[in-house]
Amino acid sequence: MSVAPPLLAVEGLTKSYGGIHAVRGVSFSLRSGEILALIGPNGAGKSTCFDMLNGQNKPDTGHVRLLGEETTGKKPREIWRMGVGRTFQITATFATMTVRENVQVALISHGKQLFNLWGSAPNFDRGEAGRLLELVGMGGYADRPCGELAYGDLKRLELAVALANQPKLLLMDEPTAGMAPRERVDLMRLTASIAREKSIGVLFTEHDMDVVFEHADRIIVLNRGTLIAEGSPAEVRSNPQVQAVYLGEGLLYEAGHREGASA
Amino acid sequence: MAFYVVQFLTGLASAASLFLVASGLSIIFGVTRIVNFAHGAFYMIGAYIAFTLTERFSGAFGFWGGVVVAALAVALIGVLVEMVLLRRIYHAPELFQLLATFGLTLMVEDLVVLVWGPDDLVGRRAPGFRGAVDFFGQNIPSYDLFLIVLSPVVLGILWLLFQRTRWGVLVRAATQDRDMVAALGVNQKWLFTSVFAVGVFLAALGGALQIPRDAVHHAMDLRIIVDVFVVVVIGGLGSIVGAFVAAVLVSELNAFGILIFPKISIILVFLVMAVVLIVRPWGLFGKPEAAARKTPGLTVNPWRPLTSNERLASLAALVITATLPLFAGNYALTVGSEIAIFVIFAVSLHFLMSVGGLASFGHAAYFGLGAYGVAFLAKMAGLPMIVCLLLGPLLGCMGAAVFGFFAVQLSGVYFAMLTLAFAQIVWSIAFQWVSVTGGDNGILGVWPEKWAASPSHFYWLALGVAALVTIALRVMVFSPFGYALRATRDSLLRTEAVGINAKRIQWTAFVIAGTTAGIGGALFAYLKGSVFPDNLGISLSVDALVMVLLGGVETVSGGVIGAIVYKALNIWLVSQTDLSKLVLGGFIVLIVVVFPKGIVGMLEMLSQRRRKASPPGSPLIAKPIESAE
Repeated sequence: MSVAPPLLAVEGLTKSYGGIHAVRGVSFSLRSGEILALIGPNGAGKSTCFDMLNGQNKPDTGHVRLLGEETTGKKPREIWRMGVGRTFQITATFATMTVRENVQVALISHGKQLFNLWGSAPNFDRGEAGRLLELVGMGGYADRPCGELAYGDLKRLELAVALANQPKLLLMDEPTAGMAPRERVDLMRLTASIAREKSIGVLFTEHDMDVVFEHADRIIVLNRGTLIAEGSPAEVRSNPQVQAVYLGEGLLYEAGHREGASA
Repeated sequence: MAFYVVQFLTGLASAASLFLVASGLSIIFGVTRIVNFAHGAFYMIGAYIAFTLTERFSGAFGFWGGVVVAALAVALIGVLVEMVLLRRIYHAPELFQLLATFGLTLMVEDLVVLVWGPDDLVGRRAPGFRGAVDFFGQNIPSYDLFLIVLSPVVLGILWLLFQRTRWGVLVRAATQDRDMVAALGVNQKWLFTSVFAVGVFLAALGGALQIPRDAVHHAMDLRIIVDVFVVVVIGGLGSIVGAFVAAVLVSELNAFGILIFPKISIILVFLVMAVVLIVRPWGLFGKPEAAARKTPGLTVNPWRPLTSNERLASLAALVITATLPLFAGNYALTVGSEIAIFVIFAVSLHFLMSVGGLASFGHAAYFGLGAYGVAFLAKMAGLPMIVCLLLGPLLGCMGAAVFGFFAVQLSGVYFAMLTLAFAQIVWSIAFQWVSVTGGDNGILGVWPEKWAASPSHFYWLALGVAALVTIALRVMVFSPFGYALRATRDSLLRTEAVGINAKRIQWTAFVIAGTTAGIGGALFAYLKGSVFPDNLGISLSVDALVMVLLGGVETVSGGVIGAIVYKALNIWLVSQTDLSKLVLGGFIVLIVVVFPKGIVGMLEMLSQRRRKASPPGSPLIAKPIESAE
């Protein structure tokens, strides 16, 4: 009996810098349509782990596979071509171009028209660009220069850009960092609804436990480079090891308390 | 053996001045991020003032006092320049400071001629160091020995200054992160001014100390500034030790290159610089530059294609310029052809700089290669003019393909310096490979065929090609490729994350720009009837930069307007006044200070302001000005 490979399979990922083991033998997997949070205290190896998934960093050993296909050692742009969209902790957009043009650049790349010297870019896939912007609630901003946008809007624009190649997997590095509480909730609700509707797998790192427990289907916890827990929000919250790592921060208690109060 | 030792020591002595000037440039760049083109000018003024003082006051005290006082006086001039000019433009787009300091350089070149006359001035020998020391039958001037000792001493003093004083700590901190230093409550204004003063003092001292070795003349600024750029880039921008090591390296290369590889002596230094930049882009002792923080609130008018009305207006402008032969004489037509050719040159660089964010400091290389391409084909292969015009630019294309491949691996100042190095290599080949290129004598007799020979016909040809090139590049700006190119300029991280191979996009843009410049050069060869190494020299590259910045680097059509205004003004001034550089330089400085967005950028701003005053509902976007010539 053959089992279809999971959307994302990570096996024994290891990376060290000199004598420091940033990531040690991390393995996990992710299904289509699933929202997986990668959490852990500062220095746990989240960013290193994340960078090895998106191609900015190469693991010492271990494998990353997308639908069974090896992505280890590939460049970020090659991984994008395999259907992986991403957003950055600090937004990266094309500041002197308009909101629509930002999306159009991604569409041009997706349509492999990058070396088309004579076509009209302003009219390139305008309909699709408009739909993507509507999807993230930026339809009214299409002609605004990107440099004028508020931070929350930039985050939503990044999401639209990340969706332009109809990705199977979204990698979001601290998607709500630097945002107001209200905006955080909105952005993650939006992401979750898009992911479920289009059956996109989402992997995100996050420091805000409210966001994590409200939106993640599953959580994996890193500490000192090792995976220490994995499971549903409820399981992870009651895991004594996780509690020990986070003890004193009060975040888990508070999150649980709030959820209990609202239930 | 003794001969080689003496040659080595002579190299070391030449390194002294180079080190002084380069360390000054390096310090200024480290803190203010200004690539001070006027550094050579300060070096030159230092030499001139020191000459006057040492002639006026006799004796050892007169000489050494004169040297120091000259350096101090120039430092004071530097402070004045910093406070009056540079302070206004620290927040202008990156390259504007370069443009402003270039304008200053032009002004100074005329001013020194005005004050000291055009002739070379030979200064007196340094008291106490008049003789020579015998070294196994070879003579070494004792002044050279003094210089050899001086540079490590200066290095030591600078080291103490930076490591042991509070000021030095601030300067080092600001070199790493000037915003953070400002946030810690350090008065940035005075820090910048003092750093500039020290840098200029070092440059002027370097100039003043040269007078016993070399004649003082009014072109010494450009000669040293190129060497200094090379030294600073090899050593690493912002590193004093790097400047020292590189100054020695460059001087020794010059000293021995002429003995060992006389044929390629000029190239040698630039070859080394190119290799260093490719292997270690931030220089031998430099550190990779942290990404500069974007100025908050920076917005650029979004670009858009011309509306149909604007297209009609451009066409009308083109038709009107095409009627010039009906009422203008031959001289005006030749000037018109030259301007049209420079429009081609400027728009090609503008495409690379404004759309691609890649400021090439050696764009004339591809212009000149196009010109040489035509000359080779016409003179050696004897091909007809049309074929030459079509194939000549291919030499520019090939040059751009080879050099561009390496250049786009770098960015910012390092990209600029590598392109400069490549341009110098091409120039040196044209200059030294006499059997093929004719060397300094160039290739003569490249005249157009009958159908294009009359001034009016040639004018129409140049105008037509310029219009076509401008339109083609404009179409490319708004093509999918143009969008991708702008994307690489705005964020490399994001372009890679949407599957774009940024380096390949930039390389393609480089080749397009180089080929286009080659087209301009091909026409230029026929206009002048000859080609010379100057057609790919630094001053021509700088002309192109000025044209683009003058027109407005943030605009779509800045290159066109910048070329017309700069070239017309240049030609007119040269015919009207002996002080054309002074007027032109002053004009450039004025433009930078008063209209930092360039001419087109300024017009856009004005029309935007007018629209804001008019009833609401007006489009957000200002109208770019377009002319078809």
